[in-house]
Amino acid sequence: MATAIGSLRSRQHELASTHAQLRVLNAPVSRHQPFDDKLAESGLHPLTATGIETFQINVGKLCNQTCRHCHVDAGPDRKEIMTRETMELCLEALARTDIPTVDITGGAPELNPHFRWLLTEVKKLGRHVIDRCNLSVLLLPSQRGMAEFLAENQVEVVASLPYFIAARTDAQRGEGVFDKSIEALRLLNSLGYGKPESGLTLNLVYNPTGAFLPPPQATVEADFKRELLDRYGVVFNSLYAITNLPISRFLEFLLETNNYDRYMARLIQAYNLRAAAGVMCRNTISVGWQGTLYDCDFNQMLDLPVSGESPAHIRDFAAGALESRRIVTGQHCYGCTAGAGSSCGGATV
Amino acid sequence: MADYYNDEDLPRFGDMGKNAPELWKKFESWYGAVFAEGALTAREKSLIALAVSHAVQCPYCIDSYTQDCLEKGSNLDQMTEAVHVASAVRGGASLVHGLQMRNVAEKLSM
Repeated sequence: MATAIGSLRSRQHELASTHAQLRVLNAPVSRHQPFDDKLAESGLHPLTATGIETFQINVGKLCNQTCRHCHVDAGPDRKEIMTRETMELCLEALARTDIPTVDITGGAPELNPHFRWLLTEVKKLGRHVIDRCNLSVLLLPSQRGMAEFLAENQVEVVASLPYFIAARTDAQRGEGVFDKSIEALRLLNSLGYGKPESGLTLNLVYNPTGAFLPPPQATVEADFKRELLDRYGVVFNSLYAITNLPISRFLEFLLETNNYDRYMARLIQAYNLRAAAGVMCRNTISVGWQGTLYDCDFNQMLDLPVSGESPAHIRDFAAGALESRRIVTGQHCYGCTAGAGSSCGGATV
Repeated sequence: MADYYNDEDLPRFGDMGKNAPELWKKFESWYGAVFAEGALTAREKSLIALAVSHAVQCPYCIDSYTQDCLEKGSNLDQMTEAVHVASAVRGGASLVHGLQMRNVAEKLSM
């Protein structure tokens, strides 16, 4: 399996357009029942929020990697990043709420020049902070001291590592990424991350390296714990098994390999009512790099903002109006409702 | 008929219940119970199924259980070894019949 050679945008690929992605997803196929119909059969339509437990900030598309499955179409060429002014609006909005968790994602969020400032200010508000880290970024010369900074601020690190075998990880994330990831994990372990009673949480993210569903989370977590310790002496707290959603570069992979129809059919076949009831968008609000509000990071990447009656921008953030908003759904949502469910925190069932 | 095997037929397996619904229901129920977690894990059962799929040379089963093994968390090293187990048993089964050949030859020979 070859790795992607750049972002869809840099290759001027048709799927760089979210309209093109939605055309594929919404094309009528008899076997692909509309997601909203499925929700209605489950008594969940229209899907609504149940509160806001997580305030997710996507600080931009800039990344030092170009992973083949990336739903953000992130990469070194993507210069769209959140300004400090927009971050200030996020902080003002947060200060008016008691939302307990702030989840910072990207791209590689650490590459935003205001990342450390944002994180420090969020900590001052007394919120729990998650950094969604690709690991290799911690080894860049420009990021010297970043791992120590995260530890000093007791930031929870959620790190991507699709598999404990180099070839499988590199096939998805790029040549040599596995070795760098292990080096970064050892660095984090040396600071106490992932070790009992250190108070520094290191969680890993497994996502399938192809067009299939993730294994049961507990099973694959046990595999990772055993293999990473035996092979590399690496420890971590928990593993989140996340399903690949059929958008952006993973959608490109599905179409290029003629797996799209089969993958959608698999997601639909594995639809789980309990997973649908527990989807993360129901207790999350997602902020884009320009301050636009979304139900989740996937809707953000499809340019599907929160529904019309809700505040549309972080400057207008009103928790009361968003806590019971109607969620914007589409065919891609089958990715979060298949099998044991999928969310930024892994399986939901 | 251009092809005896067609991958579009696999999702239509349930059509086999159309003229014998009670038998199909029993098969489905039994099949589901066989593959549930038990004294063997679901992952182990899937690897056995993958090996058997190769032994019986069923392309539908190979397709299904390759995906199932991946979704149960098996990797290509483990799946390849499972196929070797099936192949070794098949090869051994041929070879062990060589004893029949030897028995017959001995009986016929001076």
